Amino acid sequence: MIRVSFLSNLINGISLGSVYAIIALGYTMVYGIAKMLNFAHGDVIMIGAYISFCVTHYLGLPAWVSVLASMLVCTLLGMTIERLAYKPLRSAPSLAVLITAIGMSYFLQNIAQLIWGANPKSFNSVVEMEPLRLFGGQLIITDEALVTVLSCVVIMICLTLFTEKTKMGKAMRAVSEDKGAAQLMGINVNMTISVTFAIGSALAAIAGVLLCSTYPALMPTTGSMPGIKAFTAAVFGGIGSIPGAMLGGILLGIIEIFGKSYISTELGDAIVFAILIILLLVKPTGLLGKKINEKV
Amino acid sequence: MKKKNNKVFISNLITYAMVIIAFVIMFSLMNAGMLSRSTKGLLIPICVWIVMAVSLNLTVGISGELSLGHAGFMCVGAFVGAVIATVLKQPVENEALRLIIAMIVGGVAAGITGVIVGVPVLRLRGDYLAIVTLAFGEIIRNVLNCVYVGMDATTGALSFGFNNPSLPGKLIVNGPQGVQGITRISTFPIGFALIIFTLIVVLNMTNSRAGRAMMALRDNRIAAESVGISATKYKLMAFVTSAALAGMAGALYAMNYSTVTGAKFKFDTSILVLVFVVLGGIGNIRGSIIAATVLTVLPEMLREFSDYRMLIYAIVLILVMLATNSPAFKQWFDIAKEKIVSLFGKKDGKGDAANE
Repeated sequence: MIRVSFLSNLINGISLGSVYAIIALGYTMVYGIAKMLNFAHGDVIMIGAYISFCVTHYLGLPAWVSVLASMLVCTLLGMTIERLAYKPLRSAPSLAVLITAIGMSYFLQNIAQLIWGANPKSFNSVVEMEPLRLFGGQLIITDEALVTVLSCVVIMICLTLFTEKTKMGKAMRAVSEDKGAAQLMGINVNMTISVTFAIGSALAAIAGVLLCSTYPALMPTTGSMPGIKAFTAAVFGGIGSIPGAMLGGILLGIIEIFGKSYISTELGDAIVFAILIILLLVKPTGLLGKKINEKV
Repeated sequence: MKKKNNKVFISNLITYAMVIIAFVIMFSLMNAGMLSRSTKGLLIPICVWIVMAVSLNLTVGISGELSLGHAGFMCVGAFVGAVIATVLKQPVENEALRLIIAMIVGGVAAGITGVIVGVPVLRLRGDYLAIVTLAFGEIIRNVLNCVYVGMDATTGALSFGFNNPSLPGKLIVNGPQGVQGITRISTFPIGFALIIFTLIVVLNMTNSRAGRAMMALRDNRIAAESVGISATKYKLMAFVTSAALAGMAGALYAMNYSTVTGAKFKFDTSILVLVFVVLGGIGNIRGSIIAATVLTVLPEMLREFSDYRMLIYAIVLILVMLATNSPAFKQWFDIAKEKIVSLFGKKDGKGDAANE
């Protein structure tokens, strides 16, 4: 019995971790290219979930349409935010950009509160399949967990192919390495950054829908804690690194679920953060981060 | 050299004078009964946020380390201070004295936490330091959510429990429900005294050998270390001082309410203080004071727009950041300035021509 509960915790952990990983991918890509912490990313997740909720709830359209709609809206939203708030500050000190991003995060939360109200909405899961029963029904893997993990793997593969094989992906890597040199090689830096924001936000929309399918209470502040956790995951894996975000996200999800079920529910978050701190003290650039040598 | 010292002296004098004048005006208005209830209720929070902003400015502005966990230290100060004040209720009858003792103990506790956090954390830099301070702030809050303290009503003996609420006597600290049954002993004059104390500590530290060492480390760590300035020592000094001051502010804050919970010191609170510092101007103490005051009053003034007030707050925040940092805006300002100057210039020119 212990082993079954261990397995089911592991599966829950991987499922939660996959959501973190998808969000962390957005954080890490934006950080890699624009060198900024996009604090509003967590709130884009929340907007994505709300859009999906509205499309299924008020328009009565099927779930997959709602996912597409929320991806579309979030992509536009991400690009607009970048255009209006972050682009004018590209040469500003990083703290100024950070505060602007925080302002953006407040803005999105309050807009959502004005439109949808502060009361939690109960989100209907977008996946309707039979849960998988193993070991004679002792171990139940929910359909949400399956879909979450699957989509995380698919996203990871697509993103790796995109950054490795396509011209745009190459441009992204170039911009993240050296903006000035990339511009001299004829890469449109502004467009590359916009595309990064678009991809990150589309991923956030997917993450929002998946997150709310598993944890159905949808509020204007739904996105903020997963946003911070995912940011932690991105740092954990080495910020700027795509496989790092993936690894960091999944590890963090597993640690969180195990901490909550075996040590203390109250201390779950504290355990996650404590492990992050220990890791950063041992390996200051995260698991897969590149070591940057300091030049004098 | 003398001249420069004079300049610093005058600048500091202006800061002190500003705070003292503001206090005298508000205090006499309060005694004359001319302040509304809501304005009176704002006075102590303003003191608290000013101290928080000035102390964070020591870390972020003077020492140049981005800290996102300032609310954690405030939380420690608030909890320890509130417990001390409750325990000392019988032995120390004088409320002001009790508050001061609670603030000092809260500050010391936060300072010790600052050492524990600072020693490992200050080895990291930049965004990594930011995320780790954020993590520490959340850990402090989470751990305090599990702490239970009971006090025996007759003997006054304390008993502590971790994740275990079944303690003898009355619970003073009740896990997630926080500290309950606090006597509200915070007063505006003591808040003002705390601001002055903070200013004395921070301004003197900034203009001392230690402060110059901190700024040297901020501007160029390698150069500073190569002339023999110990980075760990001075960064830790700034960090711990700032934590202790935040703890004192936390104690003042806690004693302004009858209950205080860990949920009040979330990551959002750290961000709020950081916003004060950045809007006031990083490294500018006077700016921090003004920004903390304005941004504490602003949401209250916008209360009539109730639903929209945080939205307006967010928009103001973004617009101020854009206006002060965007090159496009700056260019626009420069052009506008040039136009005005040339307008006046032309006028002068005309006048000259007419005279001839």
